[in-house]
Amino acid sequence: MSTNNTTTDNTTTAVNHDHRDDAGRKMGMWLFLFTELLLFGGLFLVYSIYRFMNPADFSNGSHHLDVFMGALNTMVLITSSLTVALSITAIQKGNSKLALRLLALTILLAIFFLVNKYFEWGHKIHYDLYPGTALFKALPPGEGLFYVLYYFMTGLHMIHVIVGAVILAVMGKYIREGSINSSNYVLLENGGLYWHLVDLIWIFLFPLLYLIH
Amino acid sequence: MTNTQKHTDFYDNEGKPAWKAWLTTTDHKRIGLLYFYSLTVFFLVGVLLGLMMRFELISPGKDLVEAQTYNGLFTLHGVIMIFLFVIPGIPAVFGNLTLPLLLGARDVAFPKLNLLSWYLYIGGAILALSTLLVGDGPPDTGWTFYAPYSVKTGTNVSMAVLSAFILGFSSILTGLNFLTTIHRMRCPGMTWFRMPLFAWALYATSWIQLLATPVVGITLLMIVVERWLGIGLFDPVLGGDPVLYQHLFWIYSHPAVYIMILPGMGVISEIIPTFSRRRIFGYKAIAYASLAIAFIGYFVWGHHMFTAGMSGPARIIFSVLTFLVAIPSAIKVFNWLATMYNGSIDLKPPMLYALGFIFLFLIGGLSGLVVGALATDVHLHDTYFVVGHFHYVMFGGTGFAFFAALHYWFPKIFGRMYNIKHATRAFWLLFTGFNVLYFPMLVLGIMGMPRRYYDYLPQFQIPNVISTVGSWITVAGLIYMIVVIVKGIRNGEKAAANPWNGLTLDWQTDSPPTKENFDVIPTVTERPYEYK
Repeated sequence: MSTNNTTTDNTTTAVNHDHRDDAGRKMGMWLFLFTELLLFGGLFLVYSIYRFMNPADFSNGSHHLDVFMGALNTMVLITSSLTVALSITAIQKGNSKLALRLLALTILLAIFFLVNKYFEWGHKIHYDLYPGTALFKALPPGEGLFYVLYYFMTGLHMIHVIVGAVILAVMGKYIREGSINSSNYVLLENGGLYWHLVDLIWIFLFPLLYLIH
Repeated sequence: MTNTQKHTDFYDNEGKPAWKAWLTTTDHKRIGLLYFYSLTVFFLVGVLLGLMMRFELISPGKDLVEAQTYNGLFTLHGVIMIFLFVIPGIPAVFGNLTLPLLLGARDVAFPKLNLLSWYLYIGGAILALSTLLVGDGPPDTGWTFYAPYSVKTGTNVSMAVLSAFILGFSSILTGLNFLTTIHRMRCPGMTWFRMPLFAWALYATSWIQLLATPVVGITLLMIVVERWLGIGLFDPVLGGDPVLYQHLFWIYSHPAVYIMILPGMGVISEIIPTFSRRRIFGYKAIAYASLAIAFIGYFVWGHHMFTAGMSGPARIIFSVLTFLVAIPSAIKVFNWLATMYNGSIDLKPPMLYALGFIFLFLIGGLSGLVVGALATDVHLHDTYFVVGHFHYVMFGGTGFAFFAALHYWFPKIFGRMYNIKHATRAFWLLFTGFNVLYFPMLVLGIMGMPRRYYDYLPQFQIPNVISTVGSWITVAGLIYMIVVIVKGIRNGEKAAANPWNGLTLDWQTDSPPTKENFDVIPTVTERPYEYK
């Protein structure tokens, strides 16, 4: 391969080692989100197959989930997606104070979601509805599988909520330090993308576990 | 590009202590070398375990180890070779070392993430090896961790499975890094179809790493949770379906086979034109074949389960799809042969390893069709034929491509040249040993000897003895090759910047390259391999 290495080209093609490539960084984030989708995709596959194998047991199981709590958490997460998107717009317009407040609101909503989840799980655990108890062993196998998947899927999602909230908190620190600002906000956008993914996965989990009977 | 000003090469520690300069580096070449040295160590551990298994099988009955130890041996040999050597193998070592050079870039897109991948790799590796030392003995499930046995065995399966999970994460991050690098960091003028074919192969590989690995990640996580909490995701007693585990496992692990072989094919596509002094035949066909293999590779996993309980139509569809993979693979082989036609072929060690690859991959690929066909698979499933087949593909294919890449880029990476005469002899010893070791396995499989057995019937002994002798020749060849390489690194002759007269951008840098690779980012005006 011949290279065109005349001096006139040097000025135009010399690229700084540390040059910023916002599109590249965003692309990396999207690629990472694909892997997250496939991670949960594997679980959705297991869910569909076991549901197909045990339709009646799955229906019984889902009747025992608290639709009100689930719906409330859905609202909370959708609202938090809005606040994080607003926060990005605020930083783009140079209002880092507002961006910070919206980010804090997002994290608060995340905490609200987790508290809600704690009560929901706690309620079931209080009634001995978890793997290993005598009550659980007496359940038909399909219903047992339903609850196992319920704990596994919402549990993995909960870990993602925690990770997402921590990421957003770190973004908040960067905004305060000024390293995320109106001319350099791709990190916050990436954090927002991750948060939307957490939201999106819940939007699939909610009907699959709570609504379909 | 000729460098008029002399810079120090990337081995310069810039005043930092060596351990710190290496362990905190974000230079893709240094990370590539970190991978190279760690992979070599784990490869040798894997070889040692394999050698012990072969020795055990020299005669029926107990020779060296107990049956339970043997189960641990083949499990760890598989886990180490697959997850620690063959899967990361060429992308992590030679992809890191050369991808930015091939693209005319200064580094990969995310250098820090690149270092994190290496640390994850080391963490996973330590976890995998410590299953040998702690807990209730090494896992005895085979590298596939099939449920329900993997859920019930008392051996240290959870740790091995977690290590595979961490190694998968490392693999995902490398794929993500390379994809972004290839999309964003090609130098001016380097359009998609001016990219070297190794970059194309890495591109296809990275997509598989990215999209297939998470599925096995979640599956392995389910195994761990099932063991810890005693729930029944795959245990039929508690309502689970063990065949579903096999599906989920192979949804990743079959595409992973193409993670292993595609980069090897990319290496061969670099070496053949350079040592034939010919423009590559069918550049676009080879590039598209990489993508086609990656794509079709997602849809063939069922062929691992023809005897595990699957409907007739499903088996026929999986079998047909499996045969389809042979088409892009054959396109590559025919294009390599057409490239050599009328070329002035120079049988230097890299070219010998490339030709060795083609020969061994041919046997591996064609024996793959034998087990991909439904009727023959029923006879050969879980026999030594399968073991012979995948060693021809994994070791004869990927392994030889790894050695080809090592001998090809050696002068670029180390700035020195190994002894060509001895490297050639080492190749022939290794190549002979390889065939003596693995060809009898194909025969044993057809005779009906099952795989993963500690003991066998007396009528299988002669091929087993031949195979064990082959393992000694193979190890002798490996030792010979390592001695030649180590001597070359230590006190080989200084190598020129472009000893093979290659035309891709990697050969336009210094040997070894400077820290920033290029003083000035090059501009490309034509396709690679335009030998005139």
